[in-house]
Amino acid sequence: MNQFTGKIWILGDDIDTDIIIPTEYLALKTVQDMAPYAFSPLRPELAGQIKEGDIIVAGKNFGCGSSREQAPEIIKALGIQCVIAKSFARIFFRNAINNGLLLIENDQLQDAVKEGEEITVILNKAIEYHENQYPITSLPQNLVDILNAGGLVKAMQKLNSAKDCTI
Amino acid sequence: MGLTIIEKIVRNNIGKEVRPGEIVTVNVDRVMIHDIFIPFVASKFEEMGFTKIWDPDKAVLIYDHLVPASQVDDTRHFRIGNEFVEKYDMKNIHRSDGICHQLMTEAGYVKPGNIVFGTDSHTTTYGCVGAFSSGIGYTEMASILGTGTLWIRVPETIKVNITGKLPENVMAKDIILKLIGDLGADGATYKALEFTGDTVENMTVASRMCMSNMAIEAGAKCALFSPDEKTAEYCGITLTEKEQDLVGDADAQYCRVIEYKAEEFVPVMACPSNVDNVKPVTELVGKNIDQVFIGSCTNGRLEDLMAAAEILKGKQVAPFVKLIVTPASRKIYQEATKNGTLAVLAEAGAIITHPSCGLCCGRTGGILTDGETVIATNNRNFLGRMGTSKVNIYLASPKTAAACAIEGKIVAP
Repeated sequence: MNQFTGKIWILGDDIDTDIIIPTEYLALKTVQDMAPYAFSPLRPELAGQIKEGDIIVAGKNFGCGSSREQAPEIIKALGIQCVIAKSFARIFFRNAINNGLLLIENDQLQDAVKEGEEITVILNKAIEYHENQYPITSLPQNLVDILNAGGLVKAMQKLNSAKDCTI
Repeated sequence: MGLTIIEKIVRNNIGKEVRPGEIVTVNVDRVMIHDIFIPFVASKFEEMGFTKIWDPDKAVLIYDHLVPASQVDDTRHFRIGNEFVEKYDMKNIHRSDGICHQLMTEAGYVKPGNIVFGTDSHTTTYGCVGAFSSGIGYTEMASILGTGTLWIRVPETIKVNITGKLPENVMAKDIILKLIGDLGADGATYKALEFTGDTVENMTVASRMCMSNMAIEAGAKCALFSPDEKTAEYCGITLTEKEQDLVGDADAQYCRVIEYKAEEFVPVMACPSNVDNVKPVTELVGKNIDQVFIGSCTNGRLEDLMAAAEILKGKQVAPFVKLIVTPASRKIYQEATKNGTLAVLAEAGAIITHPSCGLCCGRTGGILTDGETVIATNNRNFLGRMGTSKVNIYLASPKTAAACAIEGKIVAP
């Protein structure tokens, strides 16, 4: 898939992992159990409104806070195709890639778009909104490899099955 | 050209010089997993197809967030953890000894120059002894357990130079909060912090821990202090030449240098609900409070409890305020018992709890409700962290927190 279109949800700066999923729900058994509580401290209704294929557009430092990997997993479980933010917090960035959630850094889109509108993402090239194009950069190769494998678990499975063959 | 501390640590680890921006694979010296994430680490590890840990002695499992269990389901984490330890021959497990970030250095798992990863964002703490330590997710932890390696991007370094003598009422917590306020919550994202100057040289390792612990609140990947005699004493080692060399070179390249004069620091608080929303306590004086929390991997150490006790000695906590004190480890609990600190706090009306994460992660002991205000010495004041999303959390030093507990409102220590 080289491009996709989705409806956008807009969030602000410094969306931390306690907002994405509060600690009190982390002990629930599965990510599916946790998903209805996503973003609940900020917008309790949001998780129920997000549909498969939607896109989150946020401000700077998205995913700051704890190392909880449920944060990107839940966003993915809600059906979000990708998160576009002005910048991402470091641990969240690694966790998202490792779970196969696409992240795109762009700092111009936020001021132009409105919630509920549609945008088109053309991978490694640009975001299209109405007549405008917002250029995006491509990810480093080692991260592309993990995303292409379908996340770090699958990448490691490949590694381990390759090892088995050599024995 | 010279090197920063992080560039030296990575060079020593992989055997070749590196520059910021380079992506390299490092050999991991130690990993830490805590109770919240062990079930996920265990299932990812097996899903990946691994059958043994690369070096079981290098892995440490610590129960702290859920200790002692407050919900039936918490016990599942302990059961899975215990099974994992047994199955993969791990020896390093702590079931009720205290908070992971306290134990990793206190119990001797981390030494200067080590590269350490943990399933917790505050893993930056071990920079207090000159180790490169950072938080990762459970999937990456599972892959380290199998391979002993992790890719990293060599970070640029921000140097923070602090000189002079701190005012009596100012603690390391006030310095790191001020720095986070100045940098902003993403001011050090992807970057290393390096602390220098006679103020930090004169600090205890415990105070350095408070600062490296909170570096993540400015987005930092790690926060490093050069190992010195205090570090050696704390770690129970004699520094090798390599360890003594973990100092930023005079001609090292820093992406930013920030200078502070110690005399200019004042007691501050991080106001709801961002850690970088930092204000001098004098601007907040008079606000009524409901609870005070002194503890956590940021400020639950002996010197913190003693600083609070000094202020609370012979005084009483305001009648409508609950003061919750949670030592960061069993060792600290015992030391604070022996030297009379806990008795002073108890006489002043404190509720003293078992060593654990306690209220910091909002799981046990002291949850608050809408409209209530807490002065807390931990590291995060995010919405919903200590109860409902309408709790006001102000972060402060143990001295400030203790002074507020007596008055029942915000006051400067």
